[in-house]
Amino acid sequence: MRRVGLGVLGALLLAAPFWVWNPYYVHILIMAGIFTILALSLNLLLGYTGQLSLGHAAFFGIGAYTSALLALRLDWPAWAGFVAAVLVAGLAGYGVGKVSLKLRGAYFVLVTISFAGVIYLVSVNWMELTNGPLGLPGVPPFEVAVAGLFELSFRSKPAFYYLVLGVAALAYLVCRRLVSSRIGRAFIALRENEALAESVGIDGTRYLVLAAVVSAAMAGAAGSLYAHYTRFVSPEVFLFTYTVTMVIMVVAGGKGTLAGPVVGAVLFTVLPEALREVTSWQWQMLLYGVLLILTVFFLPKGVVPALETWLRERRAIRP
Amino acid sequence: MSLRVEEMAVHFGGVAALADVSFEVEAGRITSMIGPNGAGKTTAFNVITGFLRPLRGRVLYEGDPLTGLKPFQIAERGIVRTFQKTNVFPQTAVLDNVMIGLHLRERAGLAAILLRRRRVREEEATLAALAEEILAFVGLAHRRREPAGALPFGEQRLLELAIALAARPRLLLLDEPASGMNPAEKTAVMGLIRRIREQGVTVFLVEHDMRLVMGISDRVIVLHLGRVIAQGAPGEVQSDPQVISAYLGGR
Ligand SMILES: Nc1ncnc2c1ncn2[C@@H]1O[C@H](COP(=O)(O)OP(=O)(O)OP(=O)(O)O)[C@@H](O)[C@H]1O
Ligand SMILES: [Mg+2]
Repeated sequence: MRRVGLGVLGALLLAAPFWVWNPYYVHILIMAGIFTILALSLNLLLGYTGQLSLGHAAFFGIGAYTSALLALRLDWPAWAGFVAAVLVAGLAGYGVGKVSLKLRGAYFVLVTISFAGVIYLVSVNWMELTNGPLGLPGVPPFEVAVAGLFELSFRSKPAFYYLVLGVAALAYLVCRRLVSSRIGRAFIALRENEALAESVGIDGTRYLVLAAVVSAAMAGAAGSLYAHYTRFVSPEVFLFTYTVTMVIMVVAGGKGTLAGPVVGAVLFTVLPEALREVTSWQWQMLLYGVLLILTVFFLPKGVVPALETWLRERRAIRP
Repeated sequence: MSLRVEEMAVHFGGVAALADVSFEVEAGRITSMIGPNGAGKTTAFNVITGFLRPLRGRVLYEGDPLTGLKPFQIAERGIVRTFQKTNVFPQTAVLDNVMIGLHLRERAGLAAILLRRRRVREEEATLAALAEEILAFVGLAHRRREPAGALPFGEQRLLELAIALAARPRLLLLDEPASGMNPAEKTAVMGLIRRIREQGVTVFLVEHDMRLVMGISDRVIVLHLGRVIAQGAPGEVQSDPQVISAYLGGR
């Protein structure tokens, strides 16, 4: 039953560019995919280790700028820029984790916020490198070419959709394998009972830093995709709104579950757009807020855990 | 000789919780530490397992100093403790609680896990079987799928024991493992502790129930107001006039 459901979902996603004819809808799907990667990334920290990163947009932005700068200044091919974005963001995650995760908790929240603030200021003020508030236009599209052998372009929306789908699926797989392994068990143990975790030999700082690195690297991947998709990067990528959006997606979808951030990301990308179709801008924001409050109020653990409970209870009634 | 505590002192805001405490825990035996409430037993455990820095003194395990090591490093050396207050991973299934305890026995690295190599899957299977075995040993096999926090109190205490055993201790420190249990459960726990010792694990036990302590221990250390006032075989300690006045009078 579950397999069939997943198969149908997979087929629908793979065929999306064929049944979603409106290019604007394809654009929404692409943004949903990018936010899925971001939400999965934040969930690894917030959901599994219990550490809240309120500067997560920084890793997203670092990925975006790395890709854009390498492509524009050094003519790196997009795929190489993508790999570099993952590595540079991961490195940033390592640095932030190293200085803050010894003390963790509130301290980690503060350091991540400050980090995002500092990075934002750098992107605005280091004119020679980043072109300041004007940003970097003309980022080339995502193309993979081996000289004379083959060429693969993700310039069109449907093609880029498949690229994002692939990376999101990979991010999901990374999360799934991680959380069902000894590493994921260490994350959960640290979230639930740090003293007990340490007493059975789990090195708290080491595993939290590892979570920060993987999480930041994933956000960097999303940033790189974003840069090559919108073809433009500006300091706005570091804005707090992005972080807040990610937190909303993770919490509303269900933190500490695998499907939660995916559901949250798709829901909260598609929902504002759907509202835009039916109402004016002001109503859209209001309705969005009301829906958010209702979700938090009625499904405090998030959509996915609520669905799971509901299914379990229904099965218990009808054996 | 296994564990040796030398002139350990701990102060809380100027008040001495431990004052120049020295004792030894011999390998392969069950040593118990008793003493009235507030005597400093838990404090001593916290220092030995790295949760608390002593003001003075040092802890040696098999001749090596443990001073300055973090709790996880002490666990790596084969010293595992349980806590006086119930301590499990509440939202996690009982079997996964024990799997977490098995952390130090696993080898899989990040790359192997992400590639889901065969040896990672084999290791998972072996450890799951081992976790089942440990659960069966403490008598919780029937609870394996339930979240630990949903277990009745006595069973949570058994689960704590299972988690500690999973970490493969050579020296096991148990802080009142039977507190809050009914008499039948207490007897069962004492039986388990004996069997753990028979498997070659050194046991260092803190327990209030005198009858249990005297029945199970090879050696008893008596702590009172942060000082060791007597130590020796259960019989000797029981008849020590200082112990009788301090321990019984202190209640
Ligand atoms: N974190 C702390 N801060 C301040 N005082 C503490 C702290 N921990 C323990 N104490 C004090 O140190 C003394 C020893 O406490 P400890 O918990 O070691 O006693 P215990 O022998 O384990 O007692 P019990 O049998 O009640 O568990 C007590 O007076 C206690 O109030
Ligand atoms: Mg105590």
